[in-house]
Amino acid sequence: MNILAMSGLIWLGSLLAGLLGSLTGLGGGVVIVPLLTLGFGVDIRYAIGASLVSVIATSSGAAVAYVREGFTNIRVGMLLEIATTLGASLGAVLATVVSPNAIAVIFGVVLLSSVYPSGRPRPARESDDRPDPLATRLRLDSSYPTAEGARAYHVHGVPLGFAFMAVAGALSGLLGIGSGAMKVLAMDQAMRLPFKVSTTTSNFMIGVTAAASAGIYLSKGYIDPGLAMPTMLGVLVGSLAGARILAGAETRVLRVVFGVVILALGLEMIYNGLTGRL
Amino acid sequence: MSPSRRMLTDERMEQIISLLLLVGVVMAGVIVFAGGIYYLVHHGADVPDYRVFRGEPVELRSLSGILGAAISLQGRGIIQLGLLLLIITPVARVAFSLLGFARQRDRVYVIATLIVLGVLVHNLTSGFR
Repeated sequence: MNILAMSGLIWLGSLLAGLLGSLTGLGGGVVIVPLLTLGFGVDIRYAIGASLVSVIATSSGAAVAYVREGFTNIRVGMLLEIATTLGASLGAVLATVVSPNAIAVIFGVVLLSSVYPSGRPRPARESDDRPDPLATRLRLDSSYPTAEGARAYHVHGVPLGFAFMAVAGALSGLLGIGSGAMKVLAMDQAMRLPFKVSTTTSNFMIGVTAAASAGIYLSKGYIDPGLAMPTMLGVLVGSLAGARILAGAETRVLRVVFGVVILALGLEMIYNGLTGRL
Repeated sequence: MSPSRRMLTDERMEQIISLLLLVGVVMAGVIVFAGGIYYLVHHGADVPDYRVFRGEPVELRSLSGILGAAISLQGRGIIQLGLLLLIITPVARVAFSLLGFARQRDRVYVIATLIVLGVLVHNLTSGFR
Protein backbone atom coordinates (compact mmCIF):
# COMPACT_ATOMS: atom_id res chain seq x y z
CA MET A 1 0.00 0.00 0.00
CA ASN A 2 1.39 3.40 -0.94
CA ILE A 3 0.91 6.72 0.84
CA LEU A 4 -1.94 7.82 -1.45
CA ALA A 5 -4.02 4.69 -0.76
CA MET A 6 -3.27 4.74 2.95
CA SER A 7 -4.20 8.44 3.23
CA GLY A 8 -7.47 7.81 1.39
CA LEU A 9 -8.39 4.89 3.64
CA ILE A 10 -7.47 6.78 6.81
CA TRP A 11 -9.54 9.72 5.59
CA LEU A 12 -12.56 7.47 5.05
CA GLY A 13 -12.15 5.70 8.38
CA SER A 14 -11.77 9.01 10.22
CA LEU A 15 -14.81 10.43 8.44
CA LEU A 16 -16.87 7.47 9.61
CA ALA A 17 -15.47 7.78 13.15
CA GLY A 18 -16.31 11.49 13.27
CA LEU A 19 -19.80 10.89 11.85
CA LEU A 20 -20.64 8.07 14.27
CA GLY A 21 -19.01 9.86 17.18
CA SER A 22 -21.10 12.99 16.75
CA LEU A 23 -24.32 11.10 15.93
CA THR A 24 -24.07 8.91 19.02
CA GLY A 25 -22.52 11.52 21.32
CA LEU A 26 -19.78 9.05 22.22
CA GLY A 27 -17.12 11.19 20.52
CA GLY A 28 -15.10 10.23 17.45
CA GLY A 29 -11.68 10.78 19.00
CA VAL A 30 -11.72 7.59 21.04
CA VAL A 31 -11.74 5.31 17.99
CA ILE A 32 -9.03 7.14 16.00
CA VAL A 33 -6.12 5.64 17.97
CA PRO A 34 -7.45 2.04 17.67
CA LEU A 35 -8.19 2.67 13.97
CA LEU A 36 -4.61 3.76 13.28
CA THR A 37 -2.83 1.25 15.52
CA LEU A 38 -4.97 -1.88 15.02
CA GLY A 39 -6.11 -1.08 11.48
CA PHE A 40 -2.99 0.39 9.92
CA GLY A 41 -0.19 -0.82 12.19
CA VAL A 42 0.82 2.72 13.12
CA ASP A 43 2.99 3.22 16.23
CA ILE A 44 0.72 4.36 19.07
CA ARG A 45 2.72 7.57 19.58
CA TYR A 46 2.07 8.79 16.01
CA ALA A 47 -1.57 7.69 16.42
CA ILE A 48 -1.99 9.71 19.63
CA GLY A 49 -0.52 12.78 17.93
CA ALA A 50 -2.86 12.55 14.93
CA SER A 51 -5.85 11.89 17.19
CA LEU A 52 -5.15 14.89 19.42
CA VAL A 53 -4.95 17.22 16.43
CA SER A 54 -8.35 16.02 15.16
CA VAL A 55 -9.80 16.50 18.64
CA ILE A 56 -8.82 20.19 18.49
CA ALA A 57 -10.38 20.53 15.03
CA THR A 58 -13.75 19.04 15.99
CA SER A 59 -13.92 20.88 19.31
CA SER A 60 -13.23 24.26 17.73
CA GLY A 61 -15.48 23.52 14.76
CA ALA A 62 -18.44 22.56 16.93
CA ALA A 63 -17.85 25.38 19.44
CA VAL A 64 -18.41 27.94 16.67
CA ALA A 65 -22.14 27.18 16.75
CA TYR A 66 -22.50 26.33 20.47
CA VAL A 67 -20.85 29.48 21.82
CA ARG A 68 -23.09 31.69 19.73
CA GLU A 69 -26.24 29.92 20.95
CA GLY A 70 -25.46 31.00 24.51
CA PHE A 71 -25.39 27.60 26.25
CA THR A 72 -21.67 27.65 26.96
CA ASN A 73 -20.69 28.94 30.41
CA ILE A 74 -17.44 30.73 29.61
CA ARG A 75 -16.56 31.41 33.27
CA VAL A 76 -17.00 27.79 34.33
CA GLY A 77 -14.99 26.79 31.26
CA MET A 78 -12.11 29.16 31.97
CA LEU A 79 -11.90 28.27 35.67
CA LEU A 80 -11.87 24.53 35.00
CA GLU A 81 -9.38 24.92 32.16
CA ILE A 82 -6.77 25.65 34.85
CA ALA A 83 -7.30 22.05 36.01
CA THR A 84 -7.53 20.48 32.55
CA THR A 85 -4.46 22.24 31.07
CA LEU A 86 -2.28 21.40 34.10
CA GLY A 87 -3.58 17.81 33.98
CA ALA A 88 -2.98 17.64 30.22
CA SER A 89 0.61 18.85 30.62
CA LEU A 90 1.24 16.11 33.16
CA GLY A 91 -0.45 13.53 30.92
CA ALA A 92 1.57 14.52 27.85
CA VAL A 93 4.84 14.32 29.78
CA LEU A 94 3.77 10.91 31.14
CA ALA A 95 3.01 9.78 27.58
CA THR A 96 6.65 10.33 26.66
CA VAL A 97 7.97 8.15 29.51
CA VAL A 98 5.33 5.41 29.93
CA SER A 99 5.83 2.39 27.65
CA PRO A 100 3.56 2.26 24.55
CA ASN A 101 2.14 -1.09 25.70
CA ALA A 102 1.08 0.36 29.05
CA ILE A 103 -0.56 3.28 27.20
CA ALA A 104 -2.44 0.77 25.04
CA VAL A 105 -3.80 -1.00 28.14
CA ILE A 106 -4.89 2.27 29.78
CA PHE A 107 -6.45 3.29 26.47
CA GLY A 108 -8.43 0.06 26.33
CA VAL A 109 -9.75 0.54 29.86
CA VAL A 110 -10.83 4.11 29.05
CA LEU A 111 -12.53 2.83 25.87
CA LEU A 112 -14.47 0.23 27.86
CA SER A 113 -15.56 2.78 30.45
CA SER A 114 -16.60 5.32 27.80
CA VAL A 115 -19.50 3.10 26.77
CA TYR A 116 -21.07 3.38 30.22
CA PRO A 117 -24.26 5.39 29.68
CA SER A 118 -23.24 8.67 31.26
CA GLY A 119 -25.05 10.68 28.63
CA ARG A 120 -28.29 10.50 30.56
CA PRO A 121 -29.56 13.86 31.80
CA ARG A 122 -29.73 14.04 35.59
CA PRO A 123 -33.31 14.35 36.88
CA ALA A 124 -34.08 17.91 37.85
CA ARG A 125 -33.97 18.59 41.59
CA GLU A 126 -35.34 22.11 41.75
CA SER A 127 -36.02 22.04 45.51
CA ASP A 128 -32.38 21.93 46.62
CA ASP A 129 -31.07 24.33 43.98
CA ARG A 130 -29.78 26.85 46.50
CA PRO A 131 -26.87 29.11 45.56
CA ASP A 132 -23.45 27.76 46.49
CA PRO A 133 -21.27 30.33 48.34
CA LEU A 134 -18.05 29.54 46.44
CA ALA A 135 -19.79 29.48 43.06
CA THR A 136 -21.48 32.77 43.90
CA ARG A 137 -18.18 34.38 44.84
CA LEU A 138 -16.69 33.17 41.57
CA ARG A 139 -19.76 34.50 39.71
CA LEU A 140 -20.31 31.14 38.00
CA ASP A 141 -24.13 31.20 38.09
CA SER A 142 -25.64 31.97 34.73
CA SER A 143 -28.66 31.28 32.54
CA TYR A 144 -29.35 29.42 29.32
CA PRO A 145 -31.92 29.90 26.56
CA THR A 146 -35.11 27.80 26.56
CA ALA A 147 -38.30 28.01 24.52
CA GLU A 148 -39.83 30.08 27.36
CA GLY A 149 -36.89 32.49 27.55
CA ALA A 150 -33.67 32.58 29.55
CA ARG A 151 -33.58 30.23 32.55
CA ALA A 152 -31.22 30.87 35.47
CA TYR A 153 -29.26 28.10 37.20
CA HIS A 154 -26.84 27.77 40.12
CA VAL A 155 -23.45 26.06 40.02
CA HIS A 156 -22.35 23.71 42.83
CA GLY A 157 -19.47 21.45 43.85
CA VAL A 158 -16.65 23.54 42.37
CA PRO A 159 -13.74 21.77 44.18
CA LEU A 160 -15.00 18.29 43.22
CA GLY A 161 -15.58 19.36 39.62
CA PHE A 162 -12.08 20.86 39.55
CA ALA A 163 -10.53 17.58 40.74
CA PHE A 164 -12.47 15.58 38.13
CA MET A 165 -11.25 17.97 35.45
CA ALA A 166 -7.60 17.50 36.40
CA VAL A 167 -8.02 13.75 35.85
CA ALA A 168 -9.89 14.32 32.58
CA GLY A 169 -7.04 16.58 31.41
CA ALA A 170 -4.38 14.02 32.35
CA LEU A 171 -6.19 11.27 30.38
CA SER A 172 -6.55 13.64 27.43
CA GLY A 173 -2.84 14.40 27.43
CA LEU A 174 -1.80 10.79 27.97
CA LEU A 175 -4.07 9.24 25.33
CA GLY A 176 -4.67 12.01 22.78
CA ILE A 177 -8.43 12.01 23.31
CA GLY A 178 -10.88 14.78 24.23
CA SER A 179 -12.17 13.04 27.41
CA GLY A 180 -15.51 14.72 26.76
CA ALA A 181 -17.45 12.01 28.61
CA MET A 182 -15.53 12.61 31.82
CA LYS A 183 -15.80 16.39 31.48
CA VAL A 184 -19.57 16.12 31.07
CA LEU A 185 -19.72 13.78 34.07
CA ALA A 186 -17.88 16.34 36.21
CA MET A 187 -20.14 19.22 35.24
CA ASP A 188 -23.43 17.33 35.04
CA GLN A 189 -23.08 15.20 38.18
CA ALA A 190 -20.58 16.96 40.45
CA MET A 191 -21.41 20.58 39.62
CA ARG A 192 -25.07 20.00 38.68
CA LEU A 193 -25.08 22.19 35.60
CA PRO A 194 -27.96 21.82 33.11
CA PHE A 195 -27.14 18.98 30.71
CA LYS A 196 -26.93 21.11 27.56
CA VAL A 197 -24.68 23.60 29.37
CA SER A 198 -22.43 20.69 30.46
CA THR A 199 -22.05 19.23 26.97
CA THR A 200 -21.38 22.54 25.21
CA THR A 201 -19.00 23.83 27.90
CA SER A 202 -17.18 20.47 27.83
CA ASN A 203 -16.77 20.75 24.07
CA PHE A 204 -15.57 24.34 24.49
CA MET A 205 -12.88 23.18 26.93
CA ILE A 206 -11.68 20.22 24.89
CA GLY A 207 -9.83 22.42 22.38
CA VAL A 208 -7.87 24.32 25.03
CA THR A 209 -7.09 21.12 26.96
CA ALA A 210 -5.84 19.41 23.81
CA ALA A 211 -3.81 22.48 22.79
CA ALA A 212 -1.93 22.23 26.11
CA SER A 213 -0.66 18.74 25.35
CA ALA A 214 -0.34 19.35 21.58
CA GLY A 215 2.49 21.79 22.28
CA ILE A 216 4.41 19.04 24.08
CA TYR A 217 3.54 16.40 21.44
CA LEU A 218 4.74 18.71 18.67
CA SER A 219 8.08 19.35 20.31
CA LYS A 220 8.56 15.60 20.96
CA GLY A 221 7.91 14.75 17.31
CA TYR A 222 4.59 12.89 17.84
CA ILE A 223 2.66 14.90 15.27
CA ASP A 224 3.35 13.55 11.79
CA PRO A 225 1.86 15.74 9.04
CA GLY A 226 1.36 12.86 6.58
CA LEU A 227 -0.72 10.97 9.13
CA ALA A 228 -2.47 13.88 10.86
CA MET A 229 -3.62 15.37 7.54
CA PRO A 230 -6.13 12.67 6.45
CA THR A 231 -7.14 12.00 10.07
CA MET A 232 -7.93 15.61 10.92
CA LEU A 233 -9.71 16.36 7.62
CA GLY A 234 -11.76 13.16 7.89
CA VAL A 235 -12.86 13.60 11.49
CA LEU A 236 -13.66 17.29 10.93
CA VAL A 237 -15.88 16.65 7.89
CA GLY A 238 -17.52 13.63 9.54
CA SER A 239 -18.35 15.33 12.82
CA LEU A 240 -19.68 18.49 11.16
CA ALA A 241 -21.89 16.35 8.89
CA GLY A 242 -23.03 14.34 11.92
CA ALA A 243 -24.03 17.50 13.79
CA ARG A 244 -26.12 18.57 10.78
CA ILE A 245 -28.13 15.37 10.46
CA LEU A 246 -28.41 14.89 14.21
CA ALA A 247 -31.67 16.83 14.44
CA GLY A 248 -34.49 14.30 14.13
CA ALA A 249 -32.25 11.29 13.59
CA GLU A 250 -33.06 8.06 15.44
CA THR A 251 -29.72 7.19 17.02
CA ARG A 252 -30.57 4.48 19.55
CA VAL A 253 -29.66 1.54 17.32
CA LEU A 254 -26.58 3.39 16.12
CA ARG A 255 -25.53 4.00 19.73
CA VAL A 256 -25.72 0.32 20.53
CA VAL A 257 -23.80 -0.70 17.40
CA PHE A 258 -21.08 1.91 17.92
CA GLY A 259 -20.95 0.98 21.61
CA VAL A 260 -20.26 -2.65 20.72
CA VAL A 261 -17.54 -1.57 18.26
CA ILE A 262 -15.88 0.53 21.00
CA LEU A 263 -16.08 -2.39 23.46
CA ALA A 264 -14.42 -4.72 20.96
CA LEU A 265 -11.69 -2.16 20.19
CA GLY A 266 -11.11 -1.65 23.92
CA LEU A 267 -10.62 -5.37 24.51
CA GLU A 268 -8.29 -5.65 21.54
CA MET A 269 -6.20 -2.69 22.74
CA ILE A 270 -5.86 -4.27 26.18
CA TYR A 271 -4.99 -7.67 24.67
CA ASN A 272 -2.37 -6.21 22.31
CA GLY A 273 -0.93 -4.07 25.07
CA LEU A 274 -0.62 -7.00 27.48
CA THR A 275 0.95 -9.27 24.84
CA GLY A 276 3.30 -6.50 23.73
CA ARG A 277 2.14 -6.35 20.13
CA LEU A 278 1.93 -2.59 19.76
CA MET B 1 -21.69 47.61 36.70
CA SER B 2 -25.34 46.68 36.08
CA PRO B 3 -26.12 43.02 35.38
CA SER B 4 -27.54 43.85 31.97
CA ARG B 5 -24.32 45.52 30.88
CA ARG B 6 -22.29 42.53 32.02
CA MET B 7 -24.60 40.23 30.07
CA LEU B 8 -24.12 42.32 26.97
CA THR B 9 -20.35 42.24 27.26
CA ASP B 10 -20.34 38.46 27.82
CA GLU B 11 -22.58 38.07 24.81
CA ARG B 12 -20.33 40.14 22.57
CA MET B 13 -17.35 38.16 23.85
CA GLU B 14 -19.15 34.96 22.87
CA GLN B 15 -19.80 36.24 19.36
CA ILE B 16 -16.21 37.32 18.80
CA ILE B 17 -14.89 34.01 20.21
CA SER B 18 -17.18 32.13 17.86
CA LEU B 19 -15.87 34.11 14.87
CA LEU B 20 -12.28 33.63 16.00
CA LEU B 21 -12.71 29.85 16.19
CA LEU B 22 -14.41 29.77 12.79
CA VAL B 23 -11.61 31.71 11.09
CA GLY B 24 -8.94 29.57 12.77
CA VAL B 25 -10.48 26.21 11.87
CA VAL B 26 -11.33 27.18 8.28
CA MET B 27 -7.86 28.61 7.64
CA ALA B 28 -6.17 25.59 9.21
CA GLY B 29 -8.38 23.19 7.24
CA VAL B 30 -7.66 24.95 3.93
CA ILE B 31 -3.88 25.03 4.54
CA VAL B 32 -3.78 21.35 5.63
CA PHE B 33 -5.87 20.38 2.59
CA ALA B 34 -3.69 22.35 0.15
CA GLY B 35 -0.50 20.99 1.71
CA GLY B 36 -2.00 17.49 1.64
CA ILE B 37 -2.72 17.67 -2.10
CA TYR B 38 0.81 18.93 -2.72
CA TYR B 39 2.27 16.19 -0.52
CA LEU B 40 0.24 13.41 -2.17
CA VAL B 41 1.12 14.61 -5.68
CA HIS B 42 4.82 14.38 -4.84
CA HIS B 43 4.91 11.48 -2.38
CA GLY B 44 1.64 9.59 -2.99
CA ALA B 45 3.45 6.67 -4.59
CA ASP B 46 5.98 6.28 -1.76
CA VAL B 47 5.62 3.49 0.77
CA PRO B 48 4.52 4.72 4.22
CA ASP B 49 6.39 3.67 7.33
CA TYR B 50 4.69 4.39 10.63
CA ARG B 51 5.32 1.06 12.31
CA VAL B 52 8.43 2.21 14.09
CA PHE B 53 8.44 5.46 15.99
CA ARG B 54 11.36 7.72 15.12
CA GLY B 55 9.84 11.09 15.90
CA GLU B 56 9.57 13.96 13.47
CA PRO B 57 12.72 15.65 12.15
CA VAL B 58 13.75 18.81 13.98
CA GLU B 59 12.37 21.14 11.28
CA LEU B 60 8.84 19.82 11.85
CA ARG B 61 8.98 20.22 15.63
CA SER B 62 9.57 23.93 16.05
CA LEU B 63 7.90 27.15 14.96
CA SER B 64 10.86 28.46 12.96
CA GLY B 65 11.51 25.05 11.42
CA ILE B 66 7.87 24.64 10.33
CA LEU B 67 7.78 28.15 8.83
CA GLY B 68 11.00 27.43 6.94
CA ALA B 69 9.72 24.10 5.60
CA ALA B 70 6.41 25.67 4.55
CA ILE B 71 8.05 28.63 2.78
CA SER B 72 10.33 26.30 0.84
CA LEU B 73 7.09 24.60 -0.35
CA GLN B 74 7.55 21.19 1.21
CA GLY B 75 4.17 19.47 1.42
CA ARG B 76 4.79 18.17 4.94
CA GLY B 77 5.89 21.62 6.07
CA ILE B 78 2.72 23.24 4.69
CA ILE B 79 0.52 20.66 6.45
CA GLN B 80 2.43 21.17 9.70
CA LEU B 81 1.90 24.95 9.39
CA GLY B 82 -1.87 24.34 9.10
CA LEU B 83 -1.78 22.03 12.14
CA LEU B 84 0.17 24.64 14.09
CA LEU B 85 -2.50 27.20 13.23
CA LEU B 86 -5.12 24.75 14.46
CA ILE B 87 -3.26 24.30 17.76
CA ILE B 88 -2.86 28.07 18.17
CA THR B 89 -6.59 28.76 17.60
CA PRO B 90 -7.67 27.79 21.15
CA VAL B 91 -4.67 29.71 22.50
CA ALA B 92 -5.84 32.82 20.64
CA ARG B 93 -9.29 32.24 22.08
CA VAL B 94 -7.88 32.23 25.63
CA ALA B 95 -5.84 35.36 24.89
CA PHE B 96 -8.97 37.09 23.68
CA SER B 97 -10.88 36.04 26.80
CA LEU B 98 -8.12 37.69 28.84
CA LEU B 99 -8.84 40.95 27.06
CA GLY B 100 -12.56 40.57 27.69
CA PHE B 101 -12.20 39.84 31.42
CA ALA B 102 -9.71 42.70 31.77
CA ARG B 103 -12.19 45.12 30.23
CA GLN B 104 -14.84 43.88 32.65
CA ARG B 105 -12.29 44.47 35.47
CA ASP B 106 -12.95 40.91 36.64
CA ARG B 107 -9.72 40.28 38.55
CA VAL B 108 -10.41 36.64 39.50
CA TYR B 109 -10.94 35.65 35.86
CA VAL B 110 -8.03 37.73 34.62
CA ILE B 111 -5.81 35.67 36.94
CA ALA B 112 -7.48 32.37 35.94
CA THR B 113 -7.04 33.19 32.25
CA LEU B 114 -3.42 34.23 32.78
CA ILE B 115 -2.65 30.85 34.39
CA VAL B 116 -4.24 28.94 31.48
CA LEU B 117 -2.49 31.13 28.92
CA GLY B 118 0.81 30.68 30.74
CA VAL B 119 0.53 26.88 30.63
CA LEU B 120 -0.39 26.91 26.93
CA VAL B 121 2.40 29.28 25.88
CA HIS B 122 4.94 27.45 28.02
CA ASN B 123 4.08 24.08 26.43
CA LEU B 124 4.03 25.46 22.91
CA THR B 125 7.40 27.12 23.27
CA SER B 126 9.01 24.30 25.23
CA GLY B 127 10.38 22.75 22.07
CA PHE B 128 11.65 25.95 20.53
CA ARG B 129 14.48 26.65 22.90
